[in-house]
Amino acid sequence: MTDLDFEPPYLFPDYRATQMRAPRHELVRLPDEWFHQRRGPAFGRVPVSPGDADLTRQHRGEPLGERIILTGRVLDSDGRPVRHTLVEVWQANAAGRYVDPADTHPAPLDPNFTGAGRCLTDDAGVYRFVTVKPGAYPWRNHPNAWRPAHVHFSLFGPQLASRLVTQMYFPGDPLIPFDPILNSIADARGRDLLVARFDPETTEPEWALAYRWDVVLRGRDATPSES
Amino acid sequence: MTIPTPSQTVGPFFGFALPFEGDAHAVPPGSDGAVRIEGQVFDGAGEPVPDAIVEISDGDQFARCGTDREGAFHFTVRQTPHFDVLVFARGLLRHLATRLYLPEANLDGDSLLQMVEPERRHTLIASASEGGLRFDIHLQGDHETVFIQL
Ligand SMILES: [Fe+2]
Repeated sequence: MTDLDFEPPYLFPDYRATQMRAPRHELVRLPDEWFHQRRGPAFGRVPVSPGDADLTRQHRGEPLGERIILTGRVLDSDGRPVRHTLVEVWQANAAGRYVDPADTHPAPLDPNFTGAGRCLTDDAGVYRFVTVKPGAYPWRNHPNAWRPAHVHFSLFGPQLASRLVTQMYFPGDPLIPFDPILNSIADARGRDLLVARFDPETTEPEWALAYRWDVVLRGRDATPSES
Repeated sequence: MTIPTPSQTVGPFFGFALPFEGDAHAVPPGSDGAVRIEGQVFDGAGEPVPDAIVEISDGDQFARCGTDREGAFHFTVRQTPHFDVLVFARGLLRHLATRLYLPEANLDGDSLLQMVEPERRHTLIASASEGGLRFDIHLQGDHETVFIQL
């Protein structure tokens, strides 16, 4: 395992919802082979079809917004590609509104955009989605609180310790310095790991901008046998 | 660059994306050896957590269930001595991990339970209830579930 670790704390009072939800007892530390190195969840029942990776083609028409390609590699803690692992994404539409009924932000829904996608990484650990750039949206954490534009990611990987749910942000977003969720990660190097890079090479002329974001999961592919 | 990508909260708006058809049933209800596990997720004030999603796994079994307004979730799994359980929720910057033991499992000398204060061990053991098993998850508070450092 690596020495550097930029995980956010469970309790981060500036993100108010942590106050009643962060455990207060110390978490129990176990030898890695008891829990962390156990085989990750068998996600095979989760339905994934090729069309699920293109969020702009899930309805009759094309969604409004800036069309983007979102791609990158999923690596294990040794830097090796994590092949054929499940990647799930979800996001707000270009106006900053989720289709989720729990979202009451008075921005328009887009009848041509749901904002949920799935894919498996390929033999090189690469995932690739086509979507639109999500909008910023307000939340009630503090006065005038707005989330920077982000895409939610869920990844599995080879071991239980590999499981990761996180958020990907866009470079140059002026809301980033004000966001308690991203800034719960104390070290700027850790926050930078969640910001995608504009990728001119992958950008397709006359069609879509591209952003590249690589993900490193804990754990490695050679799962030791369990005791 | 092999620094693990940091975690961020699942947020409140995953309900249209993470659930899938039959997600709560690792095995079909009523199949051989199947058992229903149900429970609720509570916060430090004892309030139900309606925006959590719980995953349970063991070997080839995997199930996922978002909580409802009462913080309730349920699974159908094939019985095995214990399961790994992950909890994601708005307000959890990183998911929580715990272990669920079946009540009839032989727990004497279980090496994980030995590492937990005796008075908190019960938070890891499901109890028999009508129609299956019950396993509540307390994120915080007097009944706080024992969670595993990731
Ligand atoms: Fe979000």
